[in-house]
This record gives sequence, structure tokens and C-alpha cells, in this order.
Amino acid sequence: MRLRKAFAATAVSLIAATGLVACGDAGNDDKEGVDVEAKSDCDDKFAEGSRMAELSEAGKINVGHKDDQPGLGFEGATDDRPSGFDIEVAKLLIADLCIDPESDNVNWEVTISDNREPFLEQGKVDLVLASYSITDERRLKVGQAGPYMVTGQQLLVKADSDVESIDDLKGKEVCSVTGSTSIERIDEKGAKGVGFDSYSECVAKVLDGTVEGMSTDGTILAGFAAENEGQLKVVGDTFSTENIGVGYSKDKPEMCEWINEVLTASFADGGWAKAFEITLGPSGVEVPDPPALDPCA
Amino acid sequence: MEAISDNWDLYFRSFGYTLALFLIASVLSMFFGTVLCALRVGPVKIMRAAATTYVTVVRNTPLVIVFAFFTFASPMFGLTFNFLDVHIGQFDFTEAFGAAVVSLTLYTSTFVCEALRSGINSVPLGQAEAARAVGLTFGGTMTQVVLPQAIRASVPPLASVQIAMLKNTSVAAAFGILEAVAQMRRFTNNFSSQRTEIFIFFAVGYILLVLLLSFAASRLEKRWQVA
Repeated sequence: MRLRKAFAATAVSLIAATGLVACGDAGNDDKEGVDVEAKSDCDDKFAEGSRMAELSEAGKINVGHKDDQPGLGFEGATDDRPSGFDIEVAKLLIADLCIDPESDNVNWEVTISDNREPFLEQGKVDLVLASYSITDERRLKVGQAGPYMVTGQQLLVKADSDVESIDDLKGKEVCSVTGSTSIERIDEKGAKGVGFDSYSECVAKVLDGTVEGMSTDGTILAGFAAENEGQLKVVGDTFSTENIGVGYSKDKPEMCEWINEVLTASFADGGWAKAFEITLGPSGVEVPDPPALDPCA
Repeated sequence: MEAISDNWDLYFRSFGYTLALFLIASVLSMFFGTVLCALRVGPVKIMRAAATTYVTVVRNTPLVIVFAFFTFASPMFGLTFNFLDVHIGQFDFTEAFGAAVVSLTLYTSTFVCEALRSGINSVPLGQAEAARAVGLTFGGTMTQVVLPQAIRASVPPLASVQIAMLKNTSVAAAFGILEAVAQMRRFTNNFSSQRTEIFIFFAVGYILLVLLLSFAASRLEKRWQVA
């Protein structure tokens, strides 16, 4: 009798738990990426002994990405592969190594803000394209090439809110991800940064009205605003500049020139603009001019 | 090293939140745990069944799910802690704090209940029977004979429960509270080249708090020792 009671109790809590998980699934149908064809000229393309030659030879690569940022790096519970602008740029790089970006030779590794440097240092991933802001502090530990995108932080509030910019929220709570650069900027602006584990959790908190707004890169917010049309809106000008770059291991400095070359080529042949259009375009973000790349050290 | 040495205020403030969470949830969980335990060992059958069900359900639910429930699920049917808006010095106690205290309290009180119950079970039945035989009432038997022995036997497991709770406050890092672990993650993001030092400093902070707690518990144990 007692055992049966315990069973029933467990079943109830399990149902409650699955309900919670289901809330996190944002759905992701019509966001197919660009078909990028693998190059086939790798035989003598890369210098002997360089990391690119090794990867191309092995035909396998590990790429770190985000899975909770619609439009940039997103992977729903039922998706086989991640999608978004970060992923499209990664595909350009992978294809240049003569590896088919759609094949299973690419291992898409989910990274969170906190483990991107350790993953690169340990060699768990070869490249990181995970809305990875370039900072001097990070460049002490890992290499960062690019930027392939320049964005700024904005504010996402409820559609019926009177808030017009972050300045209206001085002393109020604004949500972002724990341990992200965005939350520091919120504090600098005089609002109080409240940290959760992922952006989708922040969206839930904005929707149920327990926080006034959330803030991070405008492109990410645009994705959420598009997903919750009529309920959320992006307000205010950008109040920071984030240079989003490609992370690589500091032990392989030769990768920097290669990444910059691939990016430059994609700026020129329209591959970059097309990737931007198809991933961030639907959220209403205009395709900007390609950013100026940092020279490699 | 500069990460911490330039930011001692942030370091201590974050442990301040950890301590505040711990102290409030500790007092509340001891209270509710005792009430639960009284119901569980009491003579009223329906109360006993209710308390047993509560302990079974909550104790078998991961703490993160309890937190997620009060943070994301309960606001959907109108249960929020928005009324909470207390600011003391540099500390803000708002809805996230309320949700965290409630989650920690409800979760920990089940463990407090079981620790107390183990203490009560450790008192031989003959003690209660002898007390009744010399004419004490049920209340008298409990307060004069059973509970004094039971509480002494419960101090070590209760200390373990509270130590576990002190460390469980770190779950709140993912639910909007800038306690020690959340602050640590902000440091490691901003000073990624000083990861190891930052980890060590925060580990030491927790160890010191736990040492303090176990010291207090062992003093209490000694003081209540009979002969």
C-alpha cells in the first residue's frame, strides 16, 4: 500500500517535470540553413603540419556552439543539428577544410558561456562559434579571430510596457544569463542584473512579469521577439558593442589567418550576407556591411 | 588573483546572500520539519498519511525541479513572490529570493523531519512505556522522556542536513540570485585567465562556512551530552 502511494507520488512529480521541460522547447521548423558544399582542393592548400591540414586530413572536426539563441545558435529538443548565423559561419569554415558540413564528420558540441575557454584549451573543440565576444581578457587564454559580426546589447520588454530604454530601469531588475558579459553591462547602466541559466528562462520571467525586461545582444532579442510576436518587443538603442569572433586554440596560431581568409572570401562572394539574411533576416534585422577583421597577431 | 583582491566587496556580498539564504531557510526548515515530524509520529492517522506523502514526494524530487517549479511554473497560475521587496544596505530581497527560500525550506524540512524521526525511533519503546507506567500523560511522556533523548540523538544527522542545505543554496545561482556560485561564474567570465584562483577562493569560502557550522554542531552535542 505504502509502495503504491510512493509510485503515484513519483508519477505526479514526473508529469510536472516533463511539463516544465516542454515549456523550454521553442520549436524550430522553417529555419533551414544554406546548403554549403564542401571544397575539394585541400590536397596542397594548407601548409604541412598546420592544424588546418591535420583537420582536413582527418576529415573530422569538433565545433562548439550555443543551443539556446534563436537566429544565432539554436538547437531545439527535436533537432538533429543546430541552426543559426553562428552555425552558418561555422559551415563556411568547415567546408573550406573539405569536410561536408552536413555530414556526421562534424561533431557539434554545445558550449555554454562558462566553458568555451576550457573546451578550447583542452582541445575538446577545434573552433568555437558561440556568440563569442572578443575581449582582451579572453585573448590571454585563447585565440579569437574575426569579428564576423558586430552587435550591441538592447532591451527586450513586454509589448505593453512603457519602458523605452535601459535608462528607464535604473535600480530595477533586468534579466540575463549568469556569467555573461551582458549582465555586467546591465549593472554598469544602473539596473540590477538578475542571472538565470539560459535566455529562454529569462524570456519566461519577462512574460510572467516577474522581471521588467531582459537584455543581451540585439540579434538574440530580435529572435525571441519574433518567436513571441505581440507579446514582446525590443526597445532602445544598443548600449554596448560586442565583436563576435571565432575561438580557436592559442596553440594553433596559424588558424587565425585561415579563419580571416575564409571570412574575407565569404564577405566578397556574398556567402556571409546570405547566411545573415536566412538566419537573422526573419527577425527583422537588416543585413549590415561586413565588419572589419582584426589583424592576426 | 586581482579578480578577487580587487573585488573583495563583491566576494563578501555574494557570500552574504548565501548566508542569508541559509539562515532564513535553516530556521524555517527546522520549524516546518519539526511540525512534519510531529504529524508523522503522531496518533492521528490522516495527518500521518499526509505528512508521509509530503515527505515522499518532496524528498524524491530534485531540488532544481523544486526551484524551477516556484520560479517558472507557479507564476503561470498566479503564485508569485512579487510582494517581496526588501532592501537592506547593499542587499535586495525580492521575488527570486522569496522563491529560493520557499524552495529550500520545503525541500530541507523533509530531511529535518526524517532526522528527527530517526532520533525518536532511537529511544527504546520501554522508556515511553515506563513513563506511562509511572503515570505521565502522552504530552508528559513526549516532553519529559522521549523528546529530550530524541533531540540529542538527532543533532549529528540534523547538522548533516543543514550542511547539505548550506551547499544547496548554490542551486539559487541559476535562479536569479547573486550568491557565491553566481558571483564565481561572473568572475570566471570576466577574468578567464584566473579561473583556478577564483575556484579556490570560492571553495575556501564554502569550506569555512561549513567548518563553522560543524563546530557549532559539535559544541551543541557536547553541551547536551548526558554524563
